[in-house]
Amino acid sequence: MTMGKSWVTIRSPDFPFSVRLDRRTPLIWAILAIASLVVFVISTAYGEYPISSLDVVKTLLGLDTGNPDHAFIIYTLRLPRVITAFLVGIGLAIAGTILQGLTRNPLAAPEIVGVEAGAALAAVALIVLFPSIPIYLLPLAAFLGASLTALMVYLLAWDRGSSPIRLILVGVGIGAMTGALTSLMITFGDIYDVSQALVWLAGSVYGRTWEQIQALLPWLLCFVPLSFFLARELNTLNLGDDVARGLGSPVEWRRGLLILTCVALSGSSVATAGTIGFVGLMAPHLSRQLVGTPHEGLMPTAALVGGLMVALADFLGRSLFAPIELPCGVVTAAIGAPYFLYLLYRNRNA
Amino acid sequence: MEKALTTRQLTLNYDRTTIIRDLNVEIPAQQITALVGANGCGKSALLKGLARLLKPQTGAVYLEGTAIAKLSTKAVAKQLGLLPQSPVAPEGLTVRELVAQGRYPHQGWLQQWSKEDDQFTESALAITGMEELADRPLENLSGGQRQRAWIAMALAQNTDILLLDEPTTFLDLAHQIEVLDLLYDLNRTQGRTIVMVLHDLNQACRYADYLVAMYQGTIFAQGVPGEVMTEAMVREVFGLESRIVRDPVAGTPLCIPISQRSASRKDCA
Repeated sequence: MTMGKSWVTIRSPDFPFSVRLDRRTPLIWAILAIASLVVFVISTAYGEYPISSLDVVKTLLGLDTGNPDHAFIIYTLRLPRVITAFLVGIGLAIAGTILQGLTRNPLAAPEIVGVEAGAALAAVALIVLFPSIPIYLLPLAAFLGASLTALMVYLLAWDRGSSPIRLILVGVGIGAMTGALTSLMITFGDIYDVSQALVWLAGSVYGRTWEQIQALLPWLLCFVPLSFFLARELNTLNLGDDVARGLGSPVEWRRGLLILTCVALSGSSVATAGTIGFVGLMAPHLSRQLVGTPHEGLMPTAALVGGLMVALADFLGRSLFAPIELPCGVVTAAIGAPYFLYLLYRNRNA
Repeated sequence: MEKALTTRQLTLNYDRTTIIRDLNVEIPAQQITALVGANGCGKSALLKGLARLLKPQTGAVYLEGTAIAKLSTKAVAKQLGLLPQSPVAPEGLTVRELVAQGRYPHQGWLQQWSKEDDQFTESALAITGMEELADRPLENLSGGQRQRAWIAMALAQNTDILLLDEPTTFLDLAHQIEVLDLLYDLNRTQGRTIVMVLHDLNQACRYADYLVAMYQGTIFAQGVPGEVMTEAMVREVFGLESRIVRDPVAGTPLCIPISQRSASRKDCA
């Protein structure tokens, strides 16, 4: 590892591996990791049955706290929820980073171009039309819904090549149509199933168990590393199609692979926790302020920021107005909507 | 003379309109070639065709004898660099980060930043005189500095051939000369083949070894500026009456346009 003027380079002497990162990156990662651990512990400690942070740490380390209830409460009730929140945040943040890089638009996010709406429609359709379906099929349905929407957007926006601006415009339109179909489904569905779907649509990690984590994890294990490998491709596409082609990037292939990654991550996240808005918008933006524009460093940073954001939103949602619980999607929207307006305002005046 | 790029019976379309028809051109290696012509004559399309950005309808482009369509795009990118007209960098990108992007065709999925990448990036910054500004975001630079940063990116790509589409647009006169001088030095000291679309005929004559004048999708004339640049050529290609005199500074042809108004002014005086 070497420190240059403005970036650090990591090179393996006997393996053909090397990567370049902004020099701020290692410190930022360390800070984010520590912050995440703190939120993990505090969030797990908080609840109707109070457990001290020290006891949480002890239980997680496998030490005896003298209270046999602790292990059950932490491992079965609270930890899955906190972990789900963090994982969902990672997925949404990376999906947002990819989309913003591809469209060269800091206002793009999976919920804006209709990918999340497609995932939501598929999942709601499954809940309302086939209430007895097992839970692990939900991510698959959401992924298919997200893929179909993305494919439709991509094809409708295609005109001898795909253009970033058309992708956004068509995406907004398709998203609105998909949203209308979801509303239709909710209006005509069975009242019990609909209430299930509504809770899920609000974007919540309430009552999530290891089962949901098991369904989500394979998607993340597959597509998160892929997104890190594609970071360099995203840098190139970020310079515009002509420059990227001139540099030798097979533009349409790379863009297709990146869209697939984005769709898989946002689809599986939405399937697990519903639509948690604005994370895909805010996390990449905040991360860019922290580690700069190149995606090698940006992508993992955004993942950590996104995870932290949803975990924190869930904690705030539970603690702010206790005993009333706000879904974390409401919390992220309460923070995200003004942030979005601020971005719009700043972009207009730039 | 050795040829860097040649086209044979090249036909290029934008959408369904044919822009260039059955065009044959030979770009000499290690020289500066300027493409000139009126708006819409197809000079930018030809440059895009040479850079494999536009697929030929018929005919082919040959890179040192091999049809460019038969080479992998990455292999082409190691021999041929392209700077499109007024490219836009993402917000916040620093000069050094932009220049580092030029190394893309030399990298792999795992080998993302070799020592060579570092060396070529730093030397591109040095050649273009951008070392001082290397850590500044592009949006904080002047137009001329920004253009130099983009040229540095193309240099980091380390290709023998460099294609540039109107590298001087939106620059004031001093910065135009600064950019052209830089390209001239690159050609003379490093022997890189440079092909550029230029709007200004007099600058084209001053900096180019080889001039290609285009008219309605075909080549009207090509050769050394002293032969191509005639009053008849300017009349046919641009529809403009002119006098060609000798540039008092460089000794190259200098085109003085004649308009009704300038003629009448002379009468008044």
